[in-house]
Amino acid sequence: MIVQQLSVFLENKSGRLARVTEILGENNINIRALSIADTTDFGILRLIVNKPFEAYNLLKAEQFMVSLTDVIAVEVPDSPGGLAGVLRTLEPHHINIEYLYAFVEKSSDDALVVFRVEEVEKAIKILTENGIKVLKGSEVYSL
Amino acid sequence: MTKTRDELKELQLARLKSLVKRVYERVPFYRKKLDAIGFTPEKLKSLADIKHLPFTTKQDLRDNYPFGLFAVGQEELVRIHASSGTTGKPTVVGYTKNDIDLWSDLMARSLQNAGVTARDVVHNAYGYGLFTGGLGFHYGAERLGATVVPISGGNSKRQLMLLEDFGATILTCTPSYALHLAEEMVELGISRERLKLRMGIFGAEPWSEELRAKIEEKLKIKAIDVYGLSEIMGPGVAMECQEQKGLHINEDHFLPEIIDPETGEVLPEGEQGELVITTLTKEGIPLLRYRTRDITTLNPEPCACGNNLIRMERVTGRSDDMLIIRGVNVFPSQIETVLLSLGYTEPHYMIVVDKKGALDQLEVWVELSEQFFSDEIKRLEQWEKKVAQELYTVLNINAKVRLVEPRTIPRSEGKAKRIWDKRDLK
Repeated sequence: MIVQQLSVFLENKSGRLARVTEILGENNINIRALSIADTTDFGILRLIVNKPFEAYNLLKAEQFMVSLTDVIAVEVPDSPGGLAGVLRTLEPHHINIEYLYAFVEKSSDDALVVFRVEEVEKAIKILTENGIKVLKGSEVYSL
Repeated sequence: MTKTRDELKELQLARLKSLVKRVYERVPFYRKKLDAIGFTPEKLKSLADIKHLPFTTKQDLRDNYPFGLFAVGQEELVRIHASSGTTGKPTVVGYTKNDIDLWSDLMARSLQNAGVTARDVVHNAYGYGLFTGGLGFHYGAERLGATVVPISGGNSKRQLMLLEDFGATILTCTPSYALHLAEEMVELGISRERLKLRMGIFGAEPWSEELRAKIEEKLKIKAIDVYGLSEIMGPGVAMECQEQKGLHINEDHFLPEIIDPETGEVLPEGEQGELVITTLTKEGIPLLRYRTRDITTLNPEPCACGNNLIRMERVTGRSDDMLIIRGVNVFPSQIETVLLSLGYTEPHYMIVVDKKGALDQLEVWVELSEQFFSDEIKRLEQWEKKVAQELYTVLNINAKVRLVEPRTIPRSEGKAKRIWDKRDLK
């Protein structure tokens, strides 16, 4: 149920983001979801792609600082209060969320949200016990 | 060295007397200077009298470009070297046949003292040419009877191939290039076991004890510090022994003093200041009290290696490399020490100084170490903060630390350029 996310260190200078997407494009790797967190002089690009390991090796070969991070992809009802409901289930268990971002695509009528938490296994267990769907890596990559 | 310190001082005095007489007679520049202060060679009675003699500076060499300070005619010269002038004309030095012989002998002596033997293969990656590094090591190692590979600088892949194929045991180059080779080795997947290297002799730029530890760990060799400058001779003015606790100066030929760089006052033994050298026996371009701009300390205590030549401490910086930021003296080596002691970052860095309004701004650009990469912004900001805090403790000024992408700071194949002072351009 763990999804591999690519995390890429990028300096805030022109062309770096374009270069990453070019490399992926040239190698027929499709981006499923992305988010950028930035400071004044660098940023971290977080990507969910269809072939994470291949993408990791390609970026590494191009001297990017890149790592694979374990995240979870959760189905959230696409209606007001949907996300709040999911977060509420985690709250009593003190699961700390580092960051989250949403997918553009949907797997069904629900929205898809990527969660980065410290205790991945525990979070998955709590969510599934509460009837919330956590997608498998393979399901996410082949969206 | 079998001479006692007293015998050595006697020899230095005799040589100094003869030197002063020689430059007074042969170099108009010195005659004018000595006449101006009413100093005649006969007035020199003791080594302490040297403090009455005038200094020679790099600017003096430039002002007398190219051959104005030479003490012999061109027919007696067998070689010319020059140091790269970052601004304007280079400084030029000339060697007689005796000078080259002496240089080779002193280099051989220092190399031997450092543990190099006739059975060694010396991979000499110092640049060959007008720069004294390449040829200085070449002649010295050859004089010792070692096998020299005159590879010169550049083309790291080829360097590594030949290091392996020729079975080099000694690597000689700048410390920053040694580090670069170590990285390339990993990059190209060359295992350390394939190399026979056991020692490296690194110099031509100031480096820190921490960088030494890093090179020794990465290349699994003993790293020896060497000191020299073309104005005095080239490499081999001083070199460490196996103890690695200071560089033995070849003081029977190069008389060292430590002065206060501001006042020119000679400082008591053991105090830190600018190194000044008088070339006691050089013929081509003998120099009185040459101001090296290098900051160090002299240590006359006996060395465990048995060699009683005086030791100078590792050069911690140059008085002209010194940056003055908001009135505070900053040496690049201090920054290097901080970065290496924390270990979050690679030892490649760039110091950028700029002006924001009236205020100097210090930025340190540094490559994050792979193992410390985290996709959490706050973690990375913590590293930046920690480095900045540590820099503040050492330098007492606020520096902005900026993490940059791996391998984006230029690797040098010669002397590392680590300072970008944008204030100069404004």
